[in-house]
Amino acid sequence: MVPWLYLAPWLIGAAVFTIGPAVLGLVMSFTNWNLGLPTQWVGLDNYKEMLTDDYRFWNSIRITAFYVVLSVPVYLAVGLSAALLLNQRVWGIRAFRTILFLPSVLSGVAVAVLWMLLLNGQGGVVNTVLRNLGVANPPQWFTDPHWAVPAIAIVGLWGVLGNGAIIYLAGLQNISPTMYEAAMIDGAGAWRRFWNITIPLLTPTIFFMLLISIIGAFQVFDTAFTIDGGRSGDSLRFYLLYLWQVGFRDGQLGYAAALSMVLLAVGTIVVLVLLKTQNRWVHYEDGDN
Amino acid sequence: MTGTITPISGILGTSRRKRSVRANASKIGFSAATYLGLIALSALVVLPLGWMITVALTPDHANVFTDPPMWFPTKYWHWENFIRALVDPRRPFLLYMANTTFIEVFVVLGSLISCALVAYPLARMKFKGRDTVFAIIVLTMLIPWQALMIPQFVVFNKLGWYGTYLPLIVPAFTGSAFFVFFIRQYMRTIPKELDEAARIDGAGHFRIFWSIILPLSKPALAVCAVFTFLGTWNDLLGPVIYLNRQDQFTAAVGLAGLVSVQNQQYNLLMAANLITIIPVVVLYFVAQKYLIGGIASMGMKG
Repeated sequence: MVPWLYLAPWLIGAAVFTIGPAVLGLVMSFTNWNLGLPTQWVGLDNYKEMLTDDYRFWNSIRITAFYVVLSVPVYLAVGLSAALLLNQRVWGIRAFRTILFLPSVLSGVAVAVLWMLLLNGQGGVVNTVLRNLGVANPPQWFTDPHWAVPAIAIVGLWGVLGNGAIIYLAGLQNISPTMYEAAMIDGAGAWRRFWNITIPLLTPTIFFMLLISIIGAFQVFDTAFTIDGGRSGDSLRFYLLYLWQVGFRDGQLGYAAALSMVLLAVGTIVVLVLLKTQNRWVHYEDGDN
Repeated sequence: MTGTITPISGILGTSRRKRSVRANASKIGFSAATYLGLIALSALVVLPLGWMITVALTPDHANVFTDPPMWFPTKYWHWENFIRALVDPRRPFLLYMANTTFIEVFVVLGSLISCALVAYPLARMKFKGRDTVFAIIVLTMLIPWQALMIPQFVVFNKLGWYGTYLPLIVPAFTGSAFFVFFIRQYMRTIPKELDEAARIDGAGHFRIFWSIILPLSKPALAVCAVFTFLGTWNDLLGPVIYLNRQDQFTAAVGLAGLVSVQNQQYNLLMAANLITIIPVVVLYFVAQKYLIGGIASMGMKG
């Protein structure tokens, strides 16, 4: 009995706040659950409407997918480059690390509020710099439908880059120096050492980064909510923002529950597919994966 | 994930090991390129923050969109903007900060107590069903809570907790799967002999937990506390869903709400922004060891 007493907090929490709601959410997704109105069973109607007759649903999928495709590769590459720089043993490296890790503790809201002004279409700092560099018509960023998502990606990158750099840096420092020493004795140059030692041995870290950055991209909310909140229409209505609007602004909890189930399903599929591909390209040193 | 927290001395400072590379001209060129890259990246972090501080210190009606941009405060020093943002009757950030702190006290304490309690038997006891429970905990770690926010809202609403802090506080007392996992991995690295010696001396399981395991798990608990604090301070979605009165707002909600205010003054907006980030920046400098060590070890292979 004793162990279960210690586990009690989690057991209660899982029942009331996790597993219970997961089941309830699935049930709700088959109803027209609405705040105040009587609830009716509608079968698969919510899903049918979503797939065939909901422009906003598809639009939010499109925006979210665009964000994933745009931000994840940049995030992975820039994070690695920053970590490679921060891994150099040069004087003052500690100060550089402290500076570059700082934005990763700031809230999405704080970062969004700052960048909303920096990326202001008229006199924003970024556009002022761009004009001085000779760009005659810099983008209007958040207010231009074509640039709104890239703008959110820039803001996101600034906020999470430090996080990625720390994770990569830990991975880099896990690589045994003897590997490099052996390669140098064999006459391998810096470039060969990078491609044949650093990258293969870093693949578990790259895999982890890929996983968390894709999951993170599906959950963009704070930045888009702060900057736009759905006020200016479709161009920033990310999936989670749309889900929030349907559920809490429009009060259509049944339909929002169906949207949640789709989020859960898509998230699970992405994770499973990634896990499946890892045998092909992720190299674990101890051979168990 | 490795059982221990990654040694962070390597990430925070330079290693003392000398490299057996012959000094030559290309090495100097390489260092120069490294510094160039590091300075460029640092500028991308420092300049926006400097600009924010500058704007926060400008008087009302002064143009903040100057060319060239004001990267650092040189001209205006209106420190009273911070006081104005703190006590603005429409958006009193002093109150928002107090509200957030109130929530933090319960969430951090509750999360530490519950995660440690739940992790203890999973790490240090043998019993039937242990592996099943652990597997379920790992599985629930993969569920994004945003996918559960709709049914959770229905549950909290039925409990009559809508419009109170309870939906933000109570779940912390049931442990978070992620930190249970993290602390459990750490507790497993504590030598078994310590428990056995204590048992021979007549200590019960709770005494072993309280006086041996808990003190020895301090580094993992510190990581858990720091990240719980940050996550709560920076959380927007939870408070946006459950708080409906202005005087209950947290710093994050107040700040997000300030953006939509008509005729907003950028200097006060930036002052408010700086006020809300001061606690996390202080935490960053005080607990850098735990923060960076925590992120680094969470990034290790799972």
